[in-house]
Amino acid sequence: MTGTNPGISSAANGVAPGMHPAVDPAIDAAAHSSAPGGLVKSVVELDRVVIRLAGDSGDGMQLTGGRFTSETASFGNDLSTLPNFPAEIRAPTGTLPGVSSFQLHFADHDIMTPGDAPDVLVVMNPAALKANLVDLPGGGLLIADSDEFTPRNLAKVGYASNPLEDGSLEKWQLVSVPLTSMTTDALADSGLGKKEAERSKNMFTLGLLSWMYHRPTEGTIRFLERQFRRKPQIAAANIAAFRAGFNYGETTEAFAVSYEVKPAPMAPGKYRHISGNQALSYGLVAAGQRSGLPVFLGAYPITPASDILHELSKHKAYGVRTFQAEDEIAGIGAALGASFGGALGVTTTSGPGVALKAETIGLAVMTELPLLIVDVQRGGPSTGLPTKTEQSDLLQALYGRNGEAPVPVIAPRSPGDCFDATLEAARIALTYRTPVILLSDGYLANGAEPWSIPATDELPDLRTEFATEPNGEDGEFLPYLRDPETLARPWAVPGTAGLQHRIGGLEKADKTGNISYDPENHDFMTRTRQAKVDGIAASIPATEVDDPDGDARVAVIGWGSTYGPIGAACRRIRASGRSIAQVHLRHLNPLPADLGEILARYDRVVCPEMNLGQLAMVLRAKYLVDVHSHTQVRGLPFRAAELAAVFQDVIDGTTGTVATLDTGSDTPAQTGAAL
Amino acid sequence: MTAIESTNAHVHDLGMPAAGPDVTTISGAIDASVAANGPKQTTLKAKDLKTDQEVRWCPGCGDYVILNAVQSFLPSLGIAREDMVIVSGIGCSSRFPYYMNTYGMHSIHGRAPAIATGLAASRPDLSVWVVTGDGDALSIGGNHLIHTLRRNVNLTILLFNNRIYGLTKGQYSPTSEVGKVTKSTPMGSIDAPFNPVSLALGADATFVGRAMDSDRKGLTDVLRQAAEHQGTSLVEIYQNCNIFNDGAFELLKDPATGPMWTIPLVHGEPLVFGPGGASCVVRDDFGGLRIAETNQVDASQIVVHDAHREDPSYAFALSRLSSQDLRYSPMGVFRSVAKPTYDRMMADQLEDAAAQEPADLDALLAGSDSWTVS
Ligand SMILES: Cc1ncc(C[n+]2csc(CCOP(=O)(O)OP(=O)(O)O)c2C)c(N)n1
Ligand code: SF4
Ligand SMILES: [Mg+2]
Repeated sequence: MTGTNPGISSAANGVAPGMHPAVDPAIDAAAHSSAPGGLVKSVVELDRVVIRLAGDSGDGMQLTGGRFTSETASFGNDLSTLPNFPAEIRAPTGTLPGVSSFQLHFADHDIMTPGDAPDVLVVMNPAALKANLVDLPGGGLLIADSDEFTPRNLAKVGYASNPLEDGSLEKWQLVSVPLTSMTTDALADSGLGKKEAERSKNMFTLGLLSWMYHRPTEGTIRFLERQFRRKPQIAAANIAAFRAGFNYGETTEAFAVSYEVKPAPMAPGKYRHISGNQALSYGLVAAGQRSGLPVFLGAYPITPASDILHELSKHKAYGVRTFQAEDEIAGIGAALGASFGGALGVTTTSGPGVALKAETIGLAVMTELPLLIVDVQRGGPSTGLPTKTEQSDLLQALYGRNGEAPVPVIAPRSPGDCFDATLEAARIALTYRTPVILLSDGYLANGAEPWSIPATDELPDLRTEFATEPNGEDGEFLPYLRDPETLARPWAVPGTAGLQHRIGGLEKADKTGNISYDPENHDFMTRTRQAKVDGIAASIPATEVDDPDGDARVAVIGWGSTYGPIGAACRRIRASGRSIAQVHLRHLNPLPADLGEILARYDRVVCPEMNLGQLAMVLRAKYLVDVHSHTQVRGLPFRAAELAAVFQDVIDGTTGTVATLDTGSDTPAQTGAAL
Repeated sequence: MTAIESTNAHVHDLGMPAAGPDVTTISGAIDASVAANGPKQTTLKAKDLKTDQEVRWCPGCGDYVILNAVQSFLPSLGIAREDMVIVSGIGCSSRFPYYMNTYGMHSIHGRAPAIATGLAASRPDLSVWVVTGDGDALSIGGNHLIHTLRRNVNLTILLFNNRIYGLTKGQYSPTSEVGKVTKSTPMGSIDAPFNPVSLALGADATFVGRAMDSDRKGLTDVLRQAAEHQGTSLVEIYQNCNIFNDGAFELLKDPATGPMWTIPLVHGEPLVFGPGGASCVVRDDFGGLRIAETNQVDASQIVVHDAHREDPSYAFALSRLSSQDLRYSPMGVFRSVAKPTYDRMMADQLEDAAAQEPADLDALLAGSDSWTVS
């Protein structure tokens, strides 16, 4: 939902973080009673919830989170997710490096982030508790699998005594549940061994949570049946564990309350939930269909981009060829070769792969062939933080090549927006005959949100003309004779008689494309390649400035996945009675033609980035604007509350702004602001 | 090369499902050009393959003779010029595409096999050639070369081996002999060289041949077989760089010594060579091959050359007969075996997938877990 609608949230009346009522139904007036199984249970209505599931890498937290997300999506809540897992596939069991978590924020209104802090934390072992407790605000609900809090597991992470029993968790609403043994009990007759039965504890937990939040369960049952089609015994065990967890919630006295989060109002239409990598993959398939070109993906596996290769390899029926190359250089090389042959060449990778591809991107700049380079950014430098998010490849994308090698750069702002951004990247590549870099990141790639399924016949028309006849005055073919408007050169594919020509990395003579070392020609061609890319700005729509009050003196500018947290922070600022304008860039090269003029309108411009100020540097250089750069490289998305505090400081420190601040009693309290 | 089959085929079916909008597809563009330019011209002459570009190799360079041989022989394949693509890397030899009136890409150092792989895999209708040097193919591009060979992409790779870096003015290369004194090895090279044929066979190449630049007949013969082979063909061409490594192959070229040290490979013929057939190849006690004097062995012991042996170890053993100083160099086709090609298998998978479940973008985007808000 965050992709298309930067508007303001309506609901701001919810339970603040940390106010999640668990065992005391009296806490919320909206509570009403129900009587399942003879027990008197209450139902409390909430406007939003942030749940974090944390366990060992082997505990299946990502799968559990994914299922809970699907249930939540099909129920109709707006949602946003933050998977967070270690780079090691299986770090030693029960240790801190092995902790994997999945955070889901769902609401009855439009939300923009996976939530700053969880209201509910579920921990499957002591390591998960130790790694995640700092993020759980006081009063938050903490559910722990007491079976796993054994002396051995406690010792592994340095607990001298059992925190579930020593009173150290008093600050939180602790519910200890023997999740593991209840699962094995439930599966006593399943024919599975104890170890095997234990593995279904994540499904038991999912069942319990599904009861607590009134999630529909059919989807998960269908999913389990499908997933374990060939292992009916395992399917049955998981379904039994899932049902047992649900029933446990209904009958136990440990949970007297369940919660209801009503569906969020959404524009009419058909929806699904989608992750960034999935949306990007579909964008590539759609680009092939809308251009009528076969898609050729050359890729070498790398986190967090590999899922695009996996996804696209399933869609051969759409004329999509996938080539798992011997390395990143071969991946992009093959893609460029396919582009020369008339395909939509694509390569997908992360930052380290882009470094390897730099020389071939330069060749694509020189040969002026369409090519998409997808960089799903992760923490760097070097191998860095493979599974964490960062925006630190911006300058690499803009400038990381030898010579003057301008390349258009596009960044999606939300998981669903990866679809549209991919089509836009394809439009530019095909129209202008140029490599284009698409900068996604780990947060977008793995995060998910509801996505309004587009009507395919309304997608951009990407039809492209190949050259079929000579274009020179003497009947010769001039491969570098440009379209006067776009400066694109003709795309003449092998197999076309009479248009044989040679391209390559050596400097080309204008029009003929022959090798040329002429000084004037090189100067001319260098400037022409730059002018072609700069000229793309003419095809970019006017920059949207989100300033609902219309009197903002401070603008915040961002790009890529920070859209959600920045937007949520802006809502908080506005809810506090202050004004702020939000500008979010999709086109990072060329920048929109109206951007300089827009930035000049504000007293201060703030630029939050998950790097050390790369866009800020570009904006300062290009527009001579004294950009206030706010940066963070923690491998995690920004927290909305932190950003709001930064924005508030800038606004209040800006001359004239304090005077206009309405301090009257009707100012919404900041804690009441919706995310 | 599949292009032989496609000589008369003007429609290039790329297996693309019907696209939404009415678009200029690749086959459509090619149809249009056929309409504009008439049917494909496949009765070419050598001059039809020349370009207006001045050839800029050093006078006397072996590259000239190879270019001439290729231009003279290619028309006999009956492939239209526009259906041929030559992709090269960087080096003196890699200038080759500029002199051929076909489609061409002079790419970047070492990467030609990768680029050609993408082109050949997505356009099985084309005849795709790679021209590369010993540095280009075996140093910087070594990884791409071996992986291309193991995949058996339908490509013909011409490796111009002058045992030196020509373009960068004379450093030793991965095929230079130990002890070679060059600008970067004033005390002699200490690197053990690659034998490109052994390397290719180690990667299970389905076609490997070797020829001499100056031997027009032998070169043409190997090139023809390479071109007709389905899959990746690697042809090592000994090429004289008269500026930085002059006379590197003199031992084999000199009529006085050449026959003594050259082992001609002819499929089905006994491996007998040398003046008066004095030498021959026999099996050794360890499953390999060795050189023997013909009059010292029984005729039945002499190996009859079989290029079609499935197991590459025979061809490998042949390649190991020669030493760094080129004595006992087998020339001709070492191995030529039939295996499915990468591009064909890829095309088959696309066809199978489309037959199983036709493309439906709306269904794909909707997925299986959608819901409707009304
Ligand atoms: C990335 C890169 N590194 C280095 C070079 C410099 N370079 C150009 S050609 C070459 C070696 C060429 O040797 P070879 O492949 O044997 O070709 P020859 O000139 O001998 O035909 C080198 C090192 C380059 N062009 N690109
Ligand atoms: S340097 Fe050697 S290989 Fe290069 S063109 Fe001159 S003679 Fe030929
Ligand atoms: Mg060389």
